[in-house]
Amino acid sequence: MTGDVLVLAESSGPTFRKAAFEAITEGRRLADLLKVNEYALAIGNGLKDRASELGKYGADIVILANDPSLALFHPDYYREIALEAIERVSPGIILIAATSAGKDLAPRLAIHLDTTVASECTQLELENGKLIATRPAYAGKVLLKVRVNSSPSIATLRPNVFTAKEIVPGKRPTIEQIEFKRPESPMVVKEFVTQGAKKLDLTEASVIISGGRGMGGPQNYKILEELAEVMGGVVGASRASVDAGWRPHSDQVGQTGRTVSPTLYIAAGISGAIQHRVGMINSKVIVAINKDPEAPIFGFADYGIVGDVFEVVPALTREMKVFYGKT
Amino acid sequence: MRRVPDTATRIRIASDGKSIDTSDAEFVINPYEEYALEQAVQLKEKHGGEVTVVTLGPEKTTQVIMKTLALGADNAVHLKCDKIPDDPSSIARALANELKGLEFDVLLFGKKGVDDDNQQVGQMVAELLGIPSMTQIVKLEISDGKAVAHREVEGGSITVETTLPAAFTAEKDLTAPRYASLRELVAARKKPIVVKDVQLSPPSLEIVSIQYPPPHPPGKIVGKGVDAVPILVKLLHEEAKVI
Repeated sequence: MTGDVLVLAESSGPTFRKAAFEAITEGRRLADLLKVNEYALAIGNGLKDRASELGKYGADIVILANDPSLALFHPDYYREIALEAIERVSPGIILIAATSAGKDLAPRLAIHLDTTVASECTQLELENGKLIATRPAYAGKVLLKVRVNSSPSIATLRPNVFTAKEIVPGKRPTIEQIEFKRPESPMVVKEFVTQGAKKLDLTEASVIISGGRGMGGPQNYKILEELAEVMGGVVGASRASVDAGWRPHSDQVGQTGRTVSPTLYIAAGISGAIQHRVGMINSKVIVAINKDPEAPIFGFADYGIVGDVFEVVPALTREMKVFYGKT
Repeated sequence: MRRVPDTATRIRIASDGKSIDTSDAEFVINPYEEYALEQAVQLKEKHGGEVTVVTLGPEKTTQVIMKTLALGADNAVHLKCDKIPDDPSSIARALANELKGLEFDVLLFGKKGVDDDNQQVGQMVAELLGIPSMTQIVKLEISDGKAVAHREVEGGSITVETTLPAAFTAEKDLTAPRYASLRELVAARKKPIVVKDVQLSPPSLEIVSIQYPPPHPPGKIVGKGVDAVPILVKLLHEEAKVI
């Protein structure tokens, strides 16, 4: 039996996350292979004028749950809406971006649907109508190919791995509404506290400048912030610098931090231990700046500069300013 | 609590091509559950009560259970099976089955196992038990039968309040795990461990194959010091085409 494809389109404020577009583009590809419809489920607040945007990425029908109390992820509210949409659509495959909300929600749905989840997938295939997912395990030291034998098959997709593409530029999807009746819940979502002025999360950034032990102290990250600002990137950190208390854990790239896959990853003063490597090895291009020519990072960086980060990074910032015409 | 190979262990694919050879791996408490256990012990020190460790795993899990008892847990339940299932929902069902018969206010998990990286079991168990749950928490405060948890999310944190009992999954920053003293290691041997054979539900997810990721081709050293910077920018633009 083949059902339709349902993709959760996660929002952040009144806009959809890039990871949502990635999931819808991938969902379209699977729907075409299966010759079925693609549904997008949009949950949030202020999305009324935005919902049709999902058509461009391939959604045929958008189910919209729009309500002020859905502005922030609430496990019970989101679960109830998703279960209602799933009952309506009876999908064979459900795709959800592996964001903090997506990773929280998918297993909850699986329990209510008597199925399971392939987590943080990096590639999806179909075999006799069944979903075969490739997913990293042991922090990326191995890649598992898993088959989901129950239906619906649920997969969460690692952000920045699948390509978001406006496949059908002018497409207007059908919009269906879900009337949100707030369920009783023992949980009250109080507030969202932003961390500093950071605009983008590491997992969503296309340029990341990370600093390690070689940065010498928290005060020196300023030079990385400056470079990030010029390049429209965000600053990350190695475990050593997080454990030293120089940077918050939310900045950590690596096995016990974030797994990132930006277009460009610049590692400044990072030796490139396995724990860091597994968190960033899937970046498209890796640049290493380190004064130690023997540092392991030069073994897997695409481009390396042997030199003092305190000289090379400011020089790179000046050069990038010229490149981007920001002088 | 999950028993996992130490993160420094080299991971080898077994000869069947679809499992991991752990014969020479060093096993430890899953690091995220160390944060959870420390949180549990701190809550006990502040509010009283006791800390029970529940684990699903093979016979050899006993060694890791002893460590949790040395770190402040009072007793443990070991649900014994040949191998931790690959399907997280099978794990969750077995744990929930056991937890149904226990009384508790706070149920703590690590956010994920550092081996299978699934990040599913905590919230699955909570759904099976019908109790509220918050994942990826970095801070937990309990008072007057209520909990306030801070969840780490993209770009910040979300504060959630809930009634008890409730489940939480620990992010790295939740607590700083302690070390066990020799005296505590000895005392742990006297603490009770209940061992039960467990019936696992049939898995809905199976591993078809396991591979090593393709090697990252070694790159080139552009040059030394600031003189290399203009060349790097040119390469990023013209060769790599990323800027």
